[in-house]
Amino acid sequence: MSNTPPLLEVQNLRVEFPTRRGTLVALDDVSFAISPGEVLGVVGESGAGKSMTGAAIIGLLEPPGRIARGKILLNGKRIDNLRYEEMRRIRGREIGAIFQDPLTTLNPLYTVGKQLAETMTTHLPIGPAEAKKRAIEWLELVGIPAAAQRIDSYPHEFSGGMRQRVVIALALCAEPKLIVADEPTTALDVSIQAQVIALLKTLAREKGTAMMLVTHDMGVIAETADRVAVMYAGRIAEIGPVREVVKHARHPYSAGLMASIPPLDRRVERLAQIDGAMPRLSAIPRGCAYNPRCPQVFAKCREDRPDLIDAGTTRAACWLYATEAARG
Amino acid sequence: MAAAVRRFFDSDLWWSFTRSPVTVVSAIVAAICILGAVFAPLIAPHNPFDLASLNLSDAFKPPSWEEDGAREYLLGTDDQGRDVLSAIMYGARVSLLVGLSATIFATLLGVTLGLLAGYVGGALDSLLMRICDIQLTFPSILVALLVDGVVRAVLPRESHDQIALFVVIFAIGISEWPKFARTVRGSTLVERNKEYVQAARVIGVKRARIMVSHVLPNVIGPVLVVATLNLGLAILSEATLSFLGVGVPPTQPSLGTLIRIGNDFLFSGEWWITIFPGLALIAMVLSVNLLGDWLRDALNPKLR
Amino acid sequence: MFAFIISRIMQALPVLLSVALISFAMFAYVGDPVAIMLGQDYTQAQRDALVAELGLDQPFWVQFGVFLGNAAQGEFGLSYRLSRPVADLIAERAPATLELAFTAAALALLVGVPMGVYTGLYRNSWLSRFFLTFSLIGVSLPTFLIGILLILVFAVWLGWLPSFGRGDTVALGWWSTGFLTWSGIKALVLPAITLGLFQLTLIMRLVRAEMLEVLRTDYIKFARARGLPNRAVHFGHALKNTLVPVITIVGLQLGAIIAFAIVTETVFQWPGMGLLFIQSVGAADVPIMGAYLLLISLVFVTINLIVDLLYYAVDPRLRIGRGKGGH
Repeated sequence: MSNTPPLLEVQNLRVEFPTRRGTLVALDDVSFAISPGEVLGVVGESGAGKSMTGAAIIGLLEPPGRIARGKILLNGKRIDNLRYEEMRRIRGREIGAIFQDPLTTLNPLYTVGKQLAETMTTHLPIGPAEAKKRAIEWLELVGIPAAAQRIDSYPHEFSGGMRQRVVIALALCAEPKLIVADEPTTALDVSIQAQVIALLKTLAREKGTAMMLVTHDMGVIAETADRVAVMYAGRIAEIGPVREVVKHARHPYSAGLMASIPPLDRRVERLAQIDGAMPRLSAIPRGCAYNPRCPQVFAKCREDRPDLIDAGTTRAACWLYATEAARG
Repeated sequence: MAAAVRRFFDSDLWWSFTRSPVTVVSAIVAAICILGAVFAPLIAPHNPFDLASLNLSDAFKPPSWEEDGAREYLLGTDDQGRDVLSAIMYGARVSLLVGLSATIFATLLGVTLGLLAGYVGGALDSLLMRICDIQLTFPSILVALLVDGVVRAVLPRESHDQIALFVVIFAIGISEWPKFARTVRGSTLVERNKEYVQAARVIGVKRARIMVSHVLPNVIGPVLVVATLNLGLAILSEATLSFLGVGVPPTQPSLGTLIRIGNDFLFSGEWWITIFPGLALIAMVLSVNLLGDWLRDALNPKLR
Repeated sequence: MFAFIISRIMQALPVLLSVALISFAMFAYVGDPVAIMLGQDYTQAQRDALVAELGLDQPFWVQFGVFLGNAAQGEFGLSYRLSRPVADLIAERAPATLELAFTAAALALLVGVPMGVYTGLYRNSWLSRFFLTFSLIGVSLPTFLIGILLILVFAVWLGWLPSFGRGDTVALGWWSTGFLTWSGIKALVLPAITLGLFQLTLIMRLVRAEMLEVLRTDYIKFARARGLPNRAVHFGHALKNTLVPVITIVGLQLGAIIAFAIVTETVFQWPGMGLLFIQSVGAADVPIMGAYLLLISLVFVTINLIVDLLYYAVDPRLRIGRGKGGH
């Protein structure tokens, strides 16, 4: 673990959605940190709260969702309670975002050049001419061929993979220190996914940008991330260095998740699977949220909810790693 | 019967009705308008068409709460001494009659042609839909005006007053059938490919019978919504035509006719002759429209 | 681009032709034009001569062809009621209607669009709720009642504005305008509000609905995530995207304004084409009805064409789509 102070710190974050049938808790007690230049992978099933965490960090939770408790700090300063205008100056400039579907994230009625230029002139002290020059440089940097000509093209004139490259350029062009990438390859063809991930990884390293990479693709995580957080039912189940979590997962849920990845080096008759399904937010069981599906469940798990506990090289929210006394 | 009533009060429709105060108020207002219109001969304080009871010395009486008002004429009297309130009730009767008849006519025509277009398809479908397209390019009031004008020109002048009511109903109905045809054709296209229709075809049920007893019941739901929303529109069309002087004959004044007549006295200060029929028209149309909106939303939870 | 315009015109032709056919059928079969033109007393010989002169003995399609040729030159014969050329009658009254329609349309757009944007952006503010309630009333009130209420308040009770006619007009060649005199402008206020109010509320509701739709899209969320100022997100990214569907409806509504001018002109005794038309309907004056109908459909077709061209200008996806389709 490094000694540099964290770039981003999320402390005990709780996000609630008030609804007609009572309040849904979408995120509960989520804490983690990202150091400068570090890539944190966030994995989990759909609805586990991965994207919600990203939305909370960039301050764009969908109403009526709201942060009910906890703090988000960027460079040691709280950003979760800023007014809209203050947070706007941080979005794009300090924290860039990449969304899932490149087909819908670009405005169809503006050229890619215009969208790049407006992002840069909003945040950087440069004029339109300089912005256009840099826009071409960025398109080249993300690997768009004939960038100088494509600058005046509209999004629909690019393929899906090319559009996601444009989105990456848009996220990085005001030189933020952190990128929140929400499933950046899920909507792409499998053949293109690797290219886009490689590009993202290279650029992040070159620019020294830290990244929170949300995905449900363990292969992407294993290849790209420094550390990984496994989320389940709105909470972090396990967090630790990527090799440790992949090879020696401590939490039974992460272990099940890793076991379900098909190994490349040998044939298997049947892939491992986790029985049952993640509970809906309105029906999270008492105790550990994973207890109905957990193969190693015991009495304590049905009664009390575990916090993250040191479990060797990772931290896991599991009573298995608590002291005898705490396990009751 | 009792069970059916209980089922109605248990239904989602009733539940969503009671949850919406605007809808409840609209229903009450609509009920007052309709009952007042239907039972006008029984409950109207005067008979505005009974020439014997008219007294010109009672003309231009303001509403009863004004200085010169008479208690027996609650909303005042018009230029011939007719009670405005009674005239409104009789007028609403004509407005409602024309609006309902025109809507029923448009529904019958539209549903029949839409069903044929959707089920038979081919050249008939293309032709009917092309006519719909062209007609929908123009506002329906213009179509109604035109039909009305043509029929007027074709028919001899003497017979005109007797059948004017039917001409208006015909004109408004004609101007609004494409909406129904479009709706029905759309749902028919979906239904005709469903298995129960194919099954009926396989066992040799006649085409006309399939259309009427199998497809029709399944496409009628959306038609009811369109019809409710259309009723307000038809009442407005009638009022507009009558206001323009080409609607119902003066012997059977509707709300639009009353407004037209009263309009001439606006400048001499007798505002009540035109404003009260106007308010009655607004109350009727607004409440029917709000009920239609509610019905559409209640039957189509997806649209919310 | 050129090919696109041509193809749109080709699509409009069947509409114009069918309207022309209806219009012609009215001429040919409604009433007896010969009897009307000859007056009370005439001999069979006179009648035959006129029938031959008018070409009424020709086959239907020949007559229709002649009718089309005349119509293209603005030739619609004599009004039965006024015994003057229909074209002259319409040309005299067109400026009044067009100025009224233009003012009403400008009012509807310049007030309706900003109100729609506002209610879309701040949908829970009390002002938005007020606008929405107001729009519901605007949609449910018949045009003529709005006119009557405005006359009652502003002309009868307050005496601020005139209640009928165009006021003083100034002749610019054959065009007579009311825009250049104070009384002309005052006379325009109430009719323009009456005519524009319904379209205004409709445009407002439409823009609001589209705005709400667009604000939910990913590219608006992404624009916010890029830290663009609200002004750029709302009035650049969002408004431009709402324009595409709004243009269609607004185009149709502008056509409807000319048609609804019939009612407004009757209420305010505005000396325009609509008043002429309604007087013709009352008197079964078929030549004017037919000519007016054709003129209106020409206006509709032209507006549709302009709408398509605007689409083309606003949405780059269409340009590419059409280009590819053209190969």
